[in-house]
Amino acid sequence: MSEPTDLTIAEARDLLAAGELSSRELTEAQIGAMEAGRGLNAYITETPEIALDMAEASDRRRSGGEAGKLEGIPVAIKDLFCTRGVPTTAGSRILDGFVPFYESTVTANMFAEGAVMLGKTNLDEFAMGSANLTSYYGAAINPWRARGDDRERVPGGSSGGSASAVAGRMALGATGTDTGGSIRQPAAFCGVVGLKPTYGRCSRWGVVAFASSLDQAGPMARSVRDAAIMLGAMAGHDPRDSTSADMPVPDFEEDIDAGVKGMRIGIPREYRVDGVPGEIEALWRRGVRWLEEQGAAAVEIGLPHTKYALPAYYVVAPAEASSNLARYDGVKYGLRVESDDLTAMYEQTRAQGFGAEVKRRVLIGAYVLSAGYYDAYYLKAQKVRARIADDFREAWRTVDAILTPATPSAAFRADDPPADPVAMYLNDIFTVPVNLAGLPGLSVPAGLTHDGLPLGLQVVGKAFDEATVLRVGRAIEAAAGFDARPAGR
Amino acid sequence: MAATIEGATGVWEYAIGLEVHAQIVSNAKLFSGASTAFGAEPNANVSPIDAGMPGMLPVINMACIEQAVKTGLAIDGAVNAHSVFDRKNYFYPDLPQGYQISQYKQPVVSGGHLEIELEDGGTRRIGVERLHVEQDAGKSLHDRDPSSSHVDLNRSGVGLMEIVSHPDLRSPEEAATYVRKLRTILRYAGTCDGNMQEGSLRVDVNVSVRRPGGALGVRCEIKNLNSIRFLRRAIEVEASRQVGVLEAGGEIEQETRLFDVGRNVTRPMRGKEEAHDYRYFPDPDLPPLRLDRAWIDRIAASMPELPDARRARFMRDYGLSAYDAGVLVAEKENADFYEAAAEGRDKKLAANWVISELFGQLNKAGRTVDESPVGAAALGELIDLVADGAISGRIAKDVFAWMFETGKGAAAIVEEKGLRQVTDAGAIGAEIDGVMEREAAKVAEYRAGKHKLFGFFVGQVMRASGGKANPKAVNDILRAKLGG
Repeated sequence: MSEPTDLTIAEARDLLAAGELSSRELTEAQIGAMEAGRGLNAYITETPEIALDMAEASDRRRSGGEAGKLEGIPVAIKDLFCTRGVPTTAGSRILDGFVPFYESTVTANMFAEGAVMLGKTNLDEFAMGSANLTSYYGAAINPWRARGDDRERVPGGSSGGSASAVAGRMALGATGTDTGGSIRQPAAFCGVVGLKPTYGRCSRWGVVAFASSLDQAGPMARSVRDAAIMLGAMAGHDPRDSTSADMPVPDFEEDIDAGVKGMRIGIPREYRVDGVPGEIEALWRRGVRWLEEQGAAAVEIGLPHTKYALPAYYVVAPAEASSNLARYDGVKYGLRVESDDLTAMYEQTRAQGFGAEVKRRVLIGAYVLSAGYYDAYYLKAQKVRARIADDFREAWRTVDAILTPATPSAAFRADDPPADPVAMYLNDIFTVPVNLAGLPGLSVPAGLTHDGLPLGLQVVGKAFDEATVLRVGRAIEAAAGFDARPAGR
Repeated sequence: MAATIEGATGVWEYAIGLEVHAQIVSNAKLFSGASTAFGAEPNANVSPIDAGMPGMLPVINMACIEQAVKTGLAIDGAVNAHSVFDRKNYFYPDLPQGYQISQYKQPVVSGGHLEIELEDGGTRRIGVERLHVEQDAGKSLHDRDPSSSHVDLNRSGVGLMEIVSHPDLRSPEEAATYVRKLRTILRYAGTCDGNMQEGSLRVDVNVSVRRPGGALGVRCEIKNLNSIRFLRRAIEVEASRQVGVLEAGGEIEQETRLFDVGRNVTRPMRGKEEAHDYRYFPDPDLPPLRLDRAWIDRIAASMPELPDARRARFMRDYGLSAYDAGVLVAEKENADFYEAAAEGRDKKLAANWVISELFGQLNKAGRTVDESPVGAAALGELIDLVADGAISGRIAKDVFAWMFETGKGAAAIVEEKGLRQVTDAGAIGAEIDGVMEREAAKVAEYRAGKHKLFGFFVGQVMRASGGKANPKAVNDILRAKLGG
């Protein structure tokens, strides 16, 4: 048996079922790994006592003959999910001292399926960022290093703590949330699998909102199968979220190995972008070849409005964020900076409570919604969004899934991030259109750069067809044989 | 009922539009399961949604939507199969989300109208532009602590209907009549209790002035008027302020103002630099509200009788005057009481009893019909005693007063006090004989042709009988005896 912390969820599940491993043993091993890996700052809050209690309860359930889909599996929870009795920060100072008295639907679903919570993972403040550099609790670090360069790499963002924890063997899996790429980009940067499900597949109830029409929770894990197992435990209709889809949740694992024979895979020409390194283009071509070798047909397709996706996203997402973040005002919970009068209290609380990136987006959002600008920005962006969704709908007439690179680069250095916000926003160029269209997208580790950093490919599917996305992802995973490990710890 | 304002430079006309915020009668709030009960301990009826906790999401309470649809149908509005909830963004401590969920461009009901009754007996149709649904804010309490304000979120998230009229109202009195009429309709529909003291009905008024027949002037909005008296006064004060400004050569700036009751003036609510930009946009947490036509039709088919229809029925079927019918239907409880008391009896007689005697006593006692010590059945019993000739109408009024005071039944009081009317000719004849004996001189005058003394004899006989003698019998027997 390999180290318990090296197991996939599927492997651990089998060992637990066979009685060769207890959840308590597995959880203790994870707690040890968390302590050893603290240098990566992947966790904002570790909850070892809760984890051990949950593990013991799981072992008792199992000995009583009960076992949920994630029975006894220790996982990390992005600190954007409200967890009852455990501080929830959203990576922001403004939620100082906030301890929810309710449990998000997704975590409640996972716990009901037996999952064990190890702690709350680091993230960009309010999930706004692509490098985990905007967290009030300090940057999370990528366990990967370039060959011959020991300087720290960013784990991507916003679910950077989750990606770092999974890659660094500090959790078997983790939850993430993805508004414009926040699961898929850090997964690619850290060499793990990340799935953003269809909008509406997982309940948003109890997840701190960034941009309501785009936010979607999803799994991050070390194999496609693990992502499928986790999604099955996370998903489901929730009457408390009016945007949650009343759709049956299939067994995502069932057909995962069914292969891609006869499938038509779309290769969007608009995703060939200037400035993307040749090795990413090459990896993409390799991905196409792997699928063709397994019997799929590659079809070049057009997604003509792709170039408008990022600008539209940076109107819609900040607009919703500016309104969603209005509740953090110092009145009810979290940080309050006492001042002489109400207006000063608001101003001081929000000035000191929010970081620069959050302020930037709140300002952009307030601007694009303001009188006289609404039509030119917000309304226009919504129209663009509809066109982008139409592009994909058109594509589904000819293809079953779409393959693209996950990111335009590998993990960059924490001390040398993109120079300006727009350069940083370009990180999400391949992922953002998928959110705007509400579709499922999967990032699968598929290779390494010349200097040994992981790269991912993205599989996009039809709405609520995560099963096909996972099947294609599994085919790539199998062909890529990605078994490199981070050297960072 | 249109009124004008005499300015220094001539006559001005009012143009008034109302925005009525009516709290929806429902058990739970518009977007959460918390109770809407009035008068609970502060912050007792608050769900994490109403408190704007992180990650909380609204879910539409369809019972509230049904109430809004009912109200829309009651004012002949068009119920929209597709409407949208928007966020109205602004900061205030009693607005926990930092935005109010309301409907902006696509309300649930468009158009509609209601008829208001004018003093001259006519009616006027006032157009309604729209009815939309929105959530209420909480309440800031500034008098609990010298150094800080407190916030009560019990009201936060309670469902409101905002009913916006066209600027069709032409006087403060018409505006008052409109509010009263709308309140009556809401109460008949069972969609709002109309209680202005408890804040279930709040009024914002848009006031402008113009030369008669001219184009509409620039309006000012006066917010949060919680009584009809203040509404009327605020309109008067604001209109004369505007006339003053215009006649001095100034211009009216469109703004929001508050009515200062103590000083009887309106003043700007906030400076121009603080003017709100609400940054409305569709709430991404709520998909558009789609209403099934069949569902709307089912609601339409189950609508209760509304005040205009009831008034018409009282006039047509019961022969009541427009005025009496109007008085009776103004409050649903009153009309219900009347119909119960009049059941199987003379409708007009019953109307007289309810309007003059019952309402008179209730008014004096400061009670509503629901608190009346005399129930509809008891009043009916009294009316029957008069109709049967058991007591006279005059005695009956005394009996009613005793009933009101003691809560006892009419028959019991009549028996207890020996008030049963005397119709026995022998007994009445004996009383008459006694009077004629005492007033022999007047009898002689009468017989000499001074017939106007007849009333004097009737009065004497009635007094002698303690009011119990049947007046008709007294008349007949007296005429015969005097004639003899």
